[in-house]
Amino acid sequence: MYTFSSKLKTLALAFMIIGALGIGYGFLTTPKTTEEVKEMLHKDDDHEGGHAEAHDNGVGGTSVGGGLMAVAHPQDAHDVVEQLEAPQDTSHTEETHSKEGTHEEEGHTKEDAHASTGHGEEHGDGHGMSEEAHLEHELTFAKNRPWTAIYVAMLFFLLVSVCAFVYYCIQRAATAGWSPVLFRVMEGVSAYIVPGSIIVLAFLIWSSVGHGNHMFAWMYTSIDPTAANYDYAMETKDWWLNIPGWLVRSVIYVLIWIGFRHFIIKNSRAQDTASDLKPYKRNFTLSVVFIVVFLVTELFMAFDWLMSIDHHWFSQLYPFYVFASMFVSGITVIAFVTIYLRSKGFLPFVNDSHIHDLAKYMFAFSIFWTYLFFAQFMLQWYANIPEETTYFYPRLVGTYQPLFIGMLIMNFAFPILILMNSDYKRIPWFVVLAGLIILTGHYLDLFVMVAPGTVGSNWHFGVPEFGALFFFLGLFIYVVFTALTKVPLQAKGNPLMKESEIFHY
Amino acid sequence: MSSKVIHAIYDDDDVLMNAVKEVRAAHHHIEEVYTPFPVHGLDKAMGLEPTRMGITAFMFGLTGLGFAVWFLNYIMIDNWPQNIGGKPSFTFYHNMPAFVPILFEMTVFFAAHLMVITFYLRSKIWPFRKAENPDPRTTDDKFLMEVAVDGNEDEVASLLKRTGAIEINVKETH
Repeated sequence: MYTFSSKLKTLALAFMIIGALGIGYGFLTTPKTTEEVKEMLHKDDDHEGGHAEAHDNGVGGTSVGGGLMAVAHPQDAHDVVEQLEAPQDTSHTEETHSKEGTHEEEGHTKEDAHASTGHGEEHGDGHGMSEEAHLEHELTFAKNRPWTAIYVAMLFFLLVSVCAFVYYCIQRAATAGWSPVLFRVMEGVSAYIVPGSIIVLAFLIWSSVGHGNHMFAWMYTSIDPTAANYDYAMETKDWWLNIPGWLVRSVIYVLIWIGFRHFIIKNSRAQDTASDLKPYKRNFTLSVVFIVVFLVTELFMAFDWLMSIDHHWFSQLYPFYVFASMFVSGITVIAFVTIYLRSKGFLPFVNDSHIHDLAKYMFAFSIFWTYLFFAQFMLQWYANIPEETTYFYPRLVGTYQPLFIGMLIMNFAFPILILMNSDYKRIPWFVVLAGLIILTGHYLDLFVMVAPGTVGSNWHFGVPEFGALFFFLGLFIYVVFTALTKVPLQAKGNPLMKESEIFHY
Repeated sequence: MSSKVIHAIYDDDDVLMNAVKEVRAAHHHIEEVYTPFPVHGLDKAMGLEPTRMGITAFMFGLTGLGFAVWFLNYIMIDNWPQNIGGKPSFTFYHNMPAFVPILFEMTVFFAAHLMVITFYLRSKIWPFRKAENPDPRTTDDKFLMEVAVDGNEDEVASLLKRTGAIEINVKETH
């Protein structure tokens, strides 16, 4: 039996306290009036000097996606296209006498000029938006910031936990011989599903019926063409994206996850004392069903909870992209918990080959994630349709560029290079190092999925964001390791346990 | 050098694996094992050095990637920039996303083909080469272990018999 060491418990609680302080700080320092926003923007300008224009530029791009301004923006969309094509504008005559170097410059100056003049203009008359309206808009974004921070964190840990459970079910459905020694670890990681989903549900209720924040812009639109907040996109999406339906669906997803987890874990524990294989066989069936049901719920969950933030945009690959991202994080967390428990001597039956296999999955699913990322990105980049590029505009060329490119490097380049060698995958500290990069990368990935639509181009990754991350990390550690103390760390009665114990590569 | 070898024939890969371990534990030199299919873990049991094919694969892949970068840059950027769907075509990095599938395919193509060629060269298999296989049954359903003997024929033979060999032949070499 594992006992939750007081050191780790203190750490978890400390994380939660520091995190809560950070979240509180985030809410307290949120600007309340447009005056404060003005000041905040000024400070940014002083800070970043020349980048101020670029910031402005991003706003236009996001507002299409965020739909906060609730008017059609053909102007804006056109702009995005032009921006993405900037170097194209260079004429062929120039080509003849200049080589690459000058060319790049040419492309850049165009882009810059465009950013400063073209867009400034647009903000002035293109939208017919006064300065006051612009500040109002920025205020909404600024108010969303602490909410976004906690939403990203709570969703990350919930989905990590759910995906770790899916991984567990895949092992059961495949009757995998190598992994039964890790089953109790995976069950422990999945324990966060219950508190995690309650928190997320509370957040969603607060955001919709409680009007606690402005993160989901579609909630503030109308399909009445005469209304001030008329949104053409909602005419076709209203039947799906409406608050009651959205909330009911959210509850259904969560109930399905909690329900399946409850019964599968009950069976797993029953097998410890059972005299026959009935619970084991029942779990096989339940796992197969859960994998199918989960994929359906995950599909709509990603549409509802994440893609609806940019409700003018659509991508059918998106749910699988989210799944790939969270699945690789889930496997990484399983590896972390396993390595931690083993280093403390609680898992004497886990050998290097088990770590090796987990690391192989981390490697494989990092590449799988890249594949889905690129499949989604390239089609939209190539097609260059205004409705679609609104999503990638703030991320690829807007102010989120460093995060977007950074997470791509962390989630693809690092894992593929670091985890390629099979000997390295057997070294626990090395796996932890690679895992930290992967988890950071996917956390940023989720942040970049959410933030452009909710906080706009003036993003920061500061105290509120770290606070939210720490709070939910602490909660996650607390819940998971408490759950691990409940049952012996090696399940009994699994017919494949012996095979798993002697598993070697 | 020994002038004689023993050919022990097995009909099961698990038995063979255990036999290899026992023979090695008894400090006899296994010259070679012929099997009809790759037996997982046999190389480790025989104490062979790990293969370096993985390293060559990585280098071939890099070669393919490098070649593809040069190739696409020459075709699509330097030599004749084409306007395809309005995509930027004057710098490599602006148009890079469009090239990724080709970069990937070239990497795989180079790695795969060059690895096959490397494998053939390393195994000394080329056209018109005579098979070295001592017993044609090893291409069907039998496993053959070749053990070098140096005056201790009977001892080795009885050991092999004990490990489950179904047939033992002593052969003169060269």
